Amino acid sequence: MEYAPAKFHKSARTLPEPGEAFAFTPENQAKFDAYVTRYPPDQRKSAILYALYLAQGQQGYLTRAAMQHVAQQIRCTPAEVEDVVSYYTMFFTKPVGKYVLNVCRTLSCALLGAERVTEELSAVLGIKPGETDPTGTFTLVEVECLGACDRAPVVMINDTDWHERLAPEHVRRFVEDLRARGKAALSGCHLHKEQGAGGGGQGAR
Amino acid sequence: MAYERVLTKHVNEPHSYTLDFYLTQQRGYEALRKALTLDPNDIIEQVKASGLRGRGGAGFPTGLKWQFVLKDTPKPKYICCNADESEPGTFKDHVLMERNPHLLIEGCAVACYAIGAKVAYIYIRGEFYHVQQVLEAEIENAYKAGYLGKNIFGSGFDCDVYVHRGAGAYEAGEETALIESLEGKRAQPRIKPPFPAVAGLYQRPTAVNNVETLCNVPLIVLYGSEWFAGLGPEKNGGPKLFCISGHVKQPGVYEASMHTTLRELVFDYAGGMIDDRPLKAIIPGGSSVPLLLPDQLDTPASFDAVQKAGSLLGSAGLIVMNDSVCMVWLAMNLLHFYRHESCGKCTPCREGTDWLFKLLGRLEAGEGRQKDLDLLYRVSNNIVGKTLCAFGDAAATPVISTMKLFRQEYEAHVREGRCPLPAPWRASRPLFAGAH
Repeated sequence: MEYAPAKFHKSARTLPEPGEAFAFTPENQAKFDAYVTRYPPDQRKSAILYALYLAQGQQGYLTRAAMQHVAQQIRCTPAEVEDVVSYYTMFFTKPVGKYVLNVCRTLSCALLGAERVTEELSAVLGIKPGETDPTGTFTLVEVECLGACDRAPVVMINDTDWHERLAPEHVRRFVEDLRARGKAALSGCHLHKEQGAGGGGQGAR
Repeated sequence: MAYERVLTKHVNEPHSYTLDFYLTQQRGYEALRKALTLDPNDIIEQVKASGLRGRGGAGFPTGLKWQFVLKDTPKPKYICCNADESEPGTFKDHVLMERNPHLLIEGCAVACYAIGAKVAYIYIRGEFYHVQQVLEAEIENAYKAGYLGKNIFGSGFDCDVYVHRGAGAYEAGEETALIESLEGKRAQPRIKPPFPAVAGLYQRPTAVNNVETLCNVPLIVLYGSEWFAGLGPEKNGGPKLFCISGHVKQPGVYEASMHTTLRELVFDYAGGMIDDRPLKAIIPGGSSVPLLLPDQLDTPASFDAVQKAGSLLGSAGLIVMNDSVCMVWLAMNLLHFYRHESCGKCTPCREGTDWLFKLLGRLEAGEGRQKDLDLLYRVSNNIVGKTLCAFGDAAATPVISTMKLFRQEYEAHVREGRCPLPAPWRASRPLFAGAH
């Protein structure tokens, strides 16, 4: 009997792309060095998510080279960094579009048409959830509860901006608007906008 | 409805988030000034006497939690504020942090003083980037004004408050998973004991408190524990934020006392049902709690009364559903959530949520078999009570609860070989695969 056939040790895990050589820009390095002081000196690992956000912001997604750089910064092993990256949903290990449309699919949004929003986006952009369109402009992602259930259905754009109350029938116009005006097309978070007396959104009643 | 709001009274006013506004309109930082003249143990006693119960979901008495924090130790101690608000149907901490951030900052400082900590970390979910921007700016303003930092009010008390951004993980809302995530690891729960009060962040004594809980602390110090307890029913005192979403006319965050009934919340506060359709069921405390039926709406929305009615107040996220909602679909929607969010540490939860989702998906697609119904029960019961954290119980709840209350709908799916209630707001074809 063959002791260790070739298939025996084959892991289903896909390794992250090696990518080009990576180092923080001086600006990001300065940000990281300032941030890491929030934690005790022997607990640099606490800054790992921050470092990964910086790296992802710098090149759009996380490559093996980026993870190695983060590992050096944190003073841990690259495997520990990959362990963290693979757990959290807000990190990408493949290139994504300029606008990542994260459609909330959980109950409160779904009750008000989130599934239809995803279907419409899928039809308008010609891609399925998880895919990026050929021009590299849009990536469509279904995500779980974003915590804005009173403004359903909600879409988070990239990891920073929100668009609230996106009804299925508004999807086509929304996409056109986003193409034409960029992030100016987004409603933003109703709470975040400066509220004039009596105007704007309602925070709580 | 004669209740006067205290947590969110001003949140709709412009500049409500600024330090100036907080100082002039909300007696800002007076509670901290007063607290620093008291013995820390007296503050813990006050919080205990107020009956403040944790607003994150479990409803555990906050004063007791603080009392358990190890006292005689040379180790540093920590306050971790749980701002990972991710329970489906919950969006209250969002408002507090964005429109009344100084109340939270002051609450963190008072809590630190009470347990003998010098540092508080606010663990905010990654999706709340815009909230984080407001919070960090206001923390900086608090430092500049001397409400944080070294030797606050000349008392010799030092306090730092930092924001820590998560990156998309529901499980990070579990207190030990939150600590793991703060330490730079996967957000997976720890085996308890030891509890965080003994060995928490960096294995040091730690109290983990929800945003709304900490926001109540300055109010208790300022207005007294009797005032606080008097706002609600016995053992359910204080103001409470209710998040109402789903098929209601005016979804939103509403502040009320826990005397308020679920019916008042749905029909008076949230304006009733969209198009005045009949109410079929509500989830009173975020997706992890059992459903309640229309004939239970006169239950007061307090921790104890909702529990007596057979559910839990949890995070007070009320999800209201009209008669167009198929209960098998509902369970499938939530199991998609739990399957995606299961951290994978405990086998019953990791495997069980996947099994449940697939079984429910099969029923929804019209391919369910009679024996699947028993299988759903069996798989659920193999998760409940067999995991390290409460996630497992929560994940099985939508299945157990809908099967108990709406068994006939499950039977109908098998009998008719299709979903008998395909609502127009749902996808035209069942959506299966998640994106991740």
